[in-house]
Amino acid sequence: MTAVKINNVVKTYGKKKEITALSDISFSVSKGELFGIIGPDGAGKTSLFRILTTLLLADNGNVTVDGFDVVKDYKAIRQRVGYMPGRFSLYQDLSVKENLNFFATIFNTSVEENYELIKDIYSQIEPFKDRKAGKLSGGMKQKLALSCALIHRPSVLFLDEPTTGVDAVSRKEFWEMLKRLKEQGITILVSTPYMDEASMCDRVALIQAGKILSINTPQGIVETFGKKLLAVKSTDMLRLLHDLKQCEEVQDAYPFGEYHHAVMRNDSKELLRSYLEQRGQSFELKEAEPNIEDCFMALMKTS
Amino acid sequence: MRTLRYLLQKEFRQIFRDPSILRLIFIMPVIQLIILPFAADYEIKNIKLAVIDHDHSSYSRNLIAKIASSGYFILTNYNGSYSEAMNKIEHDKADLILEIPASFEKELVKENESKLFMAVNAINGVKAGLGSAYLRSIIQDYNKEVRTEWIQFPRFDPETNIAVTYSNWFNSSMNYKIFMVPGILVLLLTMVGANLTAINIVREKEIGTIEQINVTPVSKVHFILGKLIPFWILGLVVFTLGLGIARLFYGITPAGNIFTIYVFAAIYLLAVLGLGLLISTYADNQQQAMLISFFLMMIFILLGGLYTSIDSMPSWAKAITKANPVSYFIEVIRMVVLKGSGLADIKSQLLTISGFAIVLNGWAVLNYHKRS
Repeated sequence: MTAVKINNVVKTYGKKKEITALSDISFSVSKGELFGIIGPDGAGKTSLFRILTTLLLADNGNVTVDGFDVVKDYKAIRQRVGYMPGRFSLYQDLSVKENLNFFATIFNTSVEENYELIKDIYSQIEPFKDRKAGKLSGGMKQKLALSCALIHRPSVLFLDEPTTGVDAVSRKEFWEMLKRLKEQGITILVSTPYMDEASMCDRVALIQAGKILSINTPQGIVETFGKKLLAVKSTDMLRLLHDLKQCEEVQDAYPFGEYHHAVMRNDSKELLRSYLEQRGQSFELKEAEPNIEDCFMALMKTS
Repeated sequence: MRTLRYLLQKEFRQIFRDPSILRLIFIMPVIQLIILPFAADYEIKNIKLAVIDHDHSSYSRNLIAKIASSGYFILTNYNGSYSEAMNKIEHDKADLILEIPASFEKELVKENESKLFMAVNAINGVKAGLGSAYLRSIIQDYNKEVRTEWIQFPRFDPETNIAVTYSNWFNSSMNYKIFMVPGILVLLLTMVGANLTAINIVREKEIGTIEQINVTPVSKVHFILGKLIPFWILGLVVFTLGLGIARLFYGITPAGNIFTIYVFAAIYLLAVLGLGLLISTYADNQQQAMLISFFLMMIFILLGGLYTSIDSMPSWAKAITKANPVSYFIEVIRMVVLKGSGLADIKSQLLTISGFAIVLNGWAVLNYHKRS
């Protein structure tokens, strides 16, 4: 069963349609899947989410959510999806409890009815239930927003960059919460600019400049990398990067944490070692496992 | 119904939690209504008069004493030269110059006629016009006194005279406050109604909460009613407050039925709230909303018939006032407060303003999209 089906969606902005946000995007998400849309800022993630949540009309293409067309049956979709925008957009001058009650009521349900679903998340902010939403910390705001998006037991949940601006511990916690929601049978679409979060998803779509670079399981994406990846470190990292880019054996080199990653044309670790030795710099060279970020860089450069 | 009740509950909670809105709604109108009517005075007083008396006779002194005792003029300069008096005008120390020639008394006695010279600072047109008119009528009066002093009138006046007496209907003492206060109240109601609605909705746009509402099944009609009803109630509360002040501070009690005023105010508020709603659908942020409503408010005030009479405007301006809801309410409130008009008398205004309410709200609803 597919929960979300996107066919050839195009969205442009500007009077002359000169800015392309999404160019011919197609993919589908199965029921109960935790699907990640991963791409840098400006890749078109929010435009896509706004189309999926019936807030924005696409120029071209058709989209169904839970079997309903986003243009024709938008009313039905609004009943059954949960949306958490990238920016905190609950009423800051209402308390935690009032916000939750409010959203429950306008979805024609009550907090008690679906308490089971949000209990896990809401119980963490329940001690502050009389505090104004605007006075909550970032992590708590995010939990409240998630509770409000879930209160009507949506079948599909759209989370637009939920972890942007959230600390590392809260991010990890948040992904744990998503995993538990998935177990409840809720389809979750989540966008994020953080590549390291890709491994938490069942499947991911890598998106860049309105185009999908690749759709696969995180494991599958890493496996398609297919090149030898080396990590190099030295005392003069800037010179090292420059040297790496000069080397003919190196297809691509970029900084990666405390190392530089070098994508090799051949399986030639020793060739690089001797090249760098000639340059007369002390360095540390090791083999590295490619991850999503490496794949993203490679896909970005080939497309 | 349950949804609407919750939307209203939420809106009222937010309003009562925002101290600045409460201040804006209640304190602003009260202060304006207490201060403005005293300052927005049509009567011209304290006209600074410079007199150049070349004559120094008993007649010229009498004339000056009569002018000074009228209460409208302040004698700021006496006995200088004309250039000195002109200097006073240039420094804004005098508004009017009255020059009495050296032979004033002599000619008056000998030739039965004498001339005076009057120079007016016309920078403030109203003050200049009224000031010179006051001065002229005082001099005329003086002239008459001199004549009766000298001439023994025959039993029957040889000249035909038309004596005019008058009485002021509806505002017997010509108290301008009775005329101004209801008008200012209308303006306040307009500002509170249009601005608050516009800014409230635009703020939801700015914060992004409107987007969260838009993905919910809440219907457009419910959302808009949820915004209009609270401000409609608040508008009527402000109006009641204003009527209370008018009574307490200025002793203004409507000659007509207060119910008539409320019927009109209730419909008028719908029109004004519709205007605010319409502004909010076009403005993307609070700044834009404020500027649009300022622009409209200036036109509404100056073409509303509060300060200047609509009847004396050029015909194109009169045509604009037809599209100005404020002008209808100012007309109606004056009719009811001063003249005691009833519902039947204001029927045409009532119908027009209902038309405004329908058009403005309809336009706003059509222009409000839950998606872009």
